[in-house]
Amino acid sequence: MQKSAATSYAKPSPEGPWVGRSIERVEDGALLTGRGRFIDDLGVDTGTLHAAILRSPHAHADVLSIDTVTARSVPGVFAILTGAEIKACTASLVVGVKAPVECWPIAVGRVRYVGEPVAVVVASDRYKAEDAVDLIDVRYAVRPAAVDPLSSIAPLAPLLHDGFPGNIASDRHFRYGDPEAAFAGAVHRVSIDIRYPRNSCTPIETYGVVAAYSPSDDAFDILANFQGPFSIHAVISRALKVPGNRLRLRTPPDSGGSFGVKQGVFPYIVLIAAAARMAGRPVKWIEDRLEHLSASTSATNRATTLSAAVDSNGQIRALDWDQIEDCGAHLRAPEPATLYRMHGNLTGAYDIRHLAVRNRVVVTNKTPTGLNRGFGGPQVYFALERLVQRIAVELGLDPLDVIRRNLVPSDAFPYRTASGALLDSGDYSAGIDLGAGEGGLDELKRRRDAARAQGRLYGIGYAAVVEPSVSNMGYITTVLTPAERRKAGPKNGAQATATVAIDPVGAVSVHVASVPQGQGHRTVISQVIADIFGIAPAEVRVNTEVDTAKDAWSIASGNYASRFAAAVAGTTKIAADRLAARLARTAASQLNIDVSDIVFRKGRVGSATNPDNSLSFSRVAALSHWSPGSLPDDVGQTIRETAFWTPPQLTPPDDEDHINSSLCHGFIFDFCGVEVDRITGAARIDRYVTMHDCGKILHPAMVEGQIRGGFGQGLGAALLEEFCYAPDGSFLSGTFADYLVPTATEIPEPIIVHMETLSPFTPLGAKGVGEGNCMSTPVCIANAVADALGEKDIELPLVPAKLAAFIHGEEIAAPASMRISPPPAAKSGERNLHGEGRERIDAAPAAVWAMLLDPNTLQTVIPGCHSVEKISDTHFRADVTIGIGPVKGPYRAEVKLSDLEPPHAVTLAGFAEGVLGFGSGQGRIILTPDRDGGTTLDYKYDAAIGGKVAGIGGRLLDGAARVVIAQFFASLARHAGGGNEPSGGLLSKLRNLVRRRQ
Amino acid sequence: MPLLNSSQRHRVGFSLNGHSVEGDAEPRVLLTDFLRHEIGATGTHVGCEHGVCGACTVTVDGMLTRACLTLAVQIEGCDVRTVEGLATAPDRLSILQAAFRRNHALQCGFCTAGILMSLDAFLREVPTPAEDQIRDLLSGHLCRCTGYTPIVRAALEAAAELASRQPAVQSHHV
Repeated sequence: MQKSAATSYAKPSPEGPWVGRSIERVEDGALLTGRGRFIDDLGVDTGTLHAAILRSPHAHADVLSIDTVTARSVPGVFAILTGAEIKACTASLVVGVKAPVECWPIAVGRVRYVGEPVAVVVASDRYKAEDAVDLIDVRYAVRPAAVDPLSSIAPLAPLLHDGFPGNIASDRHFRYGDPEAAFAGAVHRVSIDIRYPRNSCTPIETYGVVAAYSPSDDAFDILANFQGPFSIHAVISRALKVPGNRLRLRTPPDSGGSFGVKQGVFPYIVLIAAAARMAGRPVKWIEDRLEHLSASTSATNRATTLSAAVDSNGQIRALDWDQIEDCGAHLRAPEPATLYRMHGNLTGAYDIRHLAVRNRVVVTNKTPTGLNRGFGGPQVYFALERLVQRIAVELGLDPLDVIRRNLVPSDAFPYRTASGALLDSGDYSAGIDLGAGEGGLDELKRRRDAARAQGRLYGIGYAAVVEPSVSNMGYITTVLTPAERRKAGPKNGAQATATVAIDPVGAVSVHVASVPQGQGHRTVISQVIADIFGIAPAEVRVNTEVDTAKDAWSIASGNYASRFAAAVAGTTKIAADRLAARLARTAASQLNIDVSDIVFRKGRVGSATNPDNSLSFSRVAALSHWSPGSLPDDVGQTIRETAFWTPPQLTPPDDEDHINSSLCHGFIFDFCGVEVDRITGAARIDRYVTMHDCGKILHPAMVEGQIRGGFGQGLGAALLEEFCYAPDGSFLSGTFADYLVPTATEIPEPIIVHMETLSPFTPLGAKGVGEGNCMSTPVCIANAVADALGEKDIELPLVPAKLAAFIHGEEIAAPASMRISPPPAAKSGERNLHGEGRERIDAAPAAVWAMLLDPNTLQTVIPGCHSVEKISDTHFRADVTIGIGPVKGPYRAEVKLSDLEPPHAVTLAGFAEGVLGFGSGQGRIILTPDRDGGTTLDYKYDAAIGGKVAGIGGRLLDGAARVVIAQFFASLARHAGGGNEPSGGLLSKLRNLVRRRQ
Repeated sequence: MPLLNSSQRHRVGFSLNGHSVEGDAEPRVLLTDFLRHEIGATGTHVGCEHGVCGACTVTVDGMLTRACLTLAVQIEGCDVRTVEGLATAPDRLSILQAAFRRNHALQCGFCTAGILMSLDAFLREVPTPAEDQIRDLLSGHLCRCTGYTPIVRAALEAAAELASRQPAVQSHHV
């Protein structure tokens, strides 16, 4: 991997403008010294209580009862709220499609995903709240779960919501140009089926909410590390049943990353605000990591079939998209936006005039989806760029030739795509030339050829991607039919706001409603202002927090859709330019020169032609405070200027469903060389080149920071990250040891290449750059792996086991002598156990049979058993405590006996449930008399583990469950006076197990 | 170690960045919660509470420690160092912190405290590290913003500067 990054932008001279320079960030001093002000760092009002949430262990179940009596008796507990209480004081969250469904921030009568809130405990501190959570007794009746998007829409699949028949929330067909004729007349039809997995950009700071309610004002005051869009403010106020002016929503000064994810805090804002109202005290809640991974939000997983009508030279005449979008258990605002964000860009960087689209939105028993960096781009480009690679393979062409042949021509901008996006500017073929040249494509091909000559598995992948930014707030209405849209009224635009203020000593402050989570907005804004007023960036103070009670804001406010550089920084320029024009007229009148001669330079305002004739900036700037009468009559004030800006290009969808879904369109060309290890299947990135055209570069180091960060997350999505669910909907990725985020040893340094084609539609010529590599990198790496292996069906993440299966075929089971127990279930993501064992017992089968049916014996032999209650001759209920290492918890177990053949065989079916999760299993026991008057007991079982335990290191727990099952029979044998010597405690058995597995 | 009562708060006295401090904690209280909410030192962050993300890394008697896997009562009498103690004065940055700022080695800054603590301790042990060693050390920390390269560069730059025996105090203002 090459270590240095090639850059093609020129370094500006020290005398030049501040914009375009990589100055040090104003944010960093506090962050580096531990003085950041993140939500959990801030003090709270005296009397603030703390919330903990009881969550569903089941993917799909009816809630039969919730017993909170014991939990309420915990000292320090103030209130326990369940779905019934929350429902009584809130309204359903609005749903993005027209359907008779409700969406609550807590389960109401039924749970639909693992981790769905079931009860909220409010107590004097978090530890006590969690104590009480463990004491709430919930009875569930488990329903079958719909987990996979394709099987969820199959006939007879379990239904989630009556209002979504067949689990389909929306099914729309679109047609642009004449796709049928194009397919009919094409020489080739090339198709690809894609399954894009579930993942998330997972910020390191989790969600946080502090909410207070004033009964006298009927108003909420809420602090949350929410990131926007503030259209959600309307959703929250409606759910809390107050007008918007009685919902004060504030954001903390610092936020520990978001990448879209912190949009998903809003259901918890409603939940905690309702809890504060009912508890009569302010309530604070900080999410923990298990909660975040299992139940915050995620990107959508999507099943796509994409076909192209292709000429013999590789020219694509038409595309046919069939997308099935999995939004999880509830369609939370703004979903199904992930599916429609890219609607104008379904032809990518290509000039394709004919397009057919079918978009289905489906619900499954998984965590509801929401914003996530790339937002729809990764899913679309994975299909589109894999298809382009397949066209090259099937037609025997070079993939880069196929890309070049289909690009939007350089002289066609602004270019209107078939589905309505207006590509503002670009020179895609020049970008490819630049990237291929500076990134050393020819040399990379030689490396590939040399590697292949040695028999190594080496491939090159490409991706050409148009990166949309500054979302049209109306694109989501494309999910509605034109008739539904007419009824609902038009939605469009993207209002950005900025306020520039000058104080009585001429110091400049700026407020923007941009809510950054580490993107350095305060620094860039200070550069923009410094250039306009001729002062240093350090003299400008910028505030990026939002307080909806006091600040200028609108529905588009917030930090998403890569809108900062293009929209927010640009709007700041507009506000500052207006003030500067008035200050120039003031200075011209004071200096008695023509306003056209005025310049702002080095802290002074004065004559361009006579540098000696000038005033200090602060003196001119302060005049409006101290001597308003000195200002020319029609200048008005120069104290504060708020600008609103919305681009006119962002129009609502038309009656033919054309939608300009975004304002700006950057261009990315990526290529990479990847070697797959023949033995292990590990993919190693030999070189990664990423060429970006994001328009005007405001701060080169921050642009590269966005590219590297997006690349790291794209690489994680390509190679490591997936939220895994078991077939019953159990969540299996609840820790950072299960959900693997790339570290410094996995992320190589990409070669970054820049070009700058300014956007004609934005005040500074800038476009977004934050999301591009999340769109381009997963498919670029997948294309390289496809090229290395010569395979078609490449599914992310490309973990070594998956690639090894391509190379070696399915893994062969270990020889019997090497097995520690029957082989674990081979299917990825499954948490099922199968096992068998044998014990010898010094008692005749009839005696053993009697023991198995005797509650007193069972109580003695079941590990950790406190009591056994006999419900009937074949039905027992037991309370047990099972400890696995430090994770120890009480479980309620039900055991039923069936297929009784006394005294020879019996089937035991058991279900155990506790705060840590649940397990269910079925086993057949066979008793055979032996020659010494004893019994040989053989058992075979199938078991499954779900709930919290399944999400936190299931690998360890599988072994532990086997030990517990074996312990039961060994203990039974000992109880009867036989069996093997106990081989130590559970811990030592676990240790042995782990040692043997290494 | 004295026998502790699980239902009582116990007085815990220790040295925090060279200053004697004390506070009360139940035996089950994590060091992260204790430092942040009892002592008021909020620079140490909580990212996962299971020892993987590294955001809460501090040193206890010179040893790198995950504060989220440590109980507050365990640090009785110990010398605890956190990110708040890295700079020599409130308006200055350490050589390592200044290198982070120059290299844009942080974005949201949430994981940064733990990374600084690990690198600060590491560079004392290994004054002239190779890039691979830095990356290996950093593999104990998760950063979602930067892609790590600027952190590696900052660490190498700081190591070079520290090795050149410049005066340890920098004139950078916060």
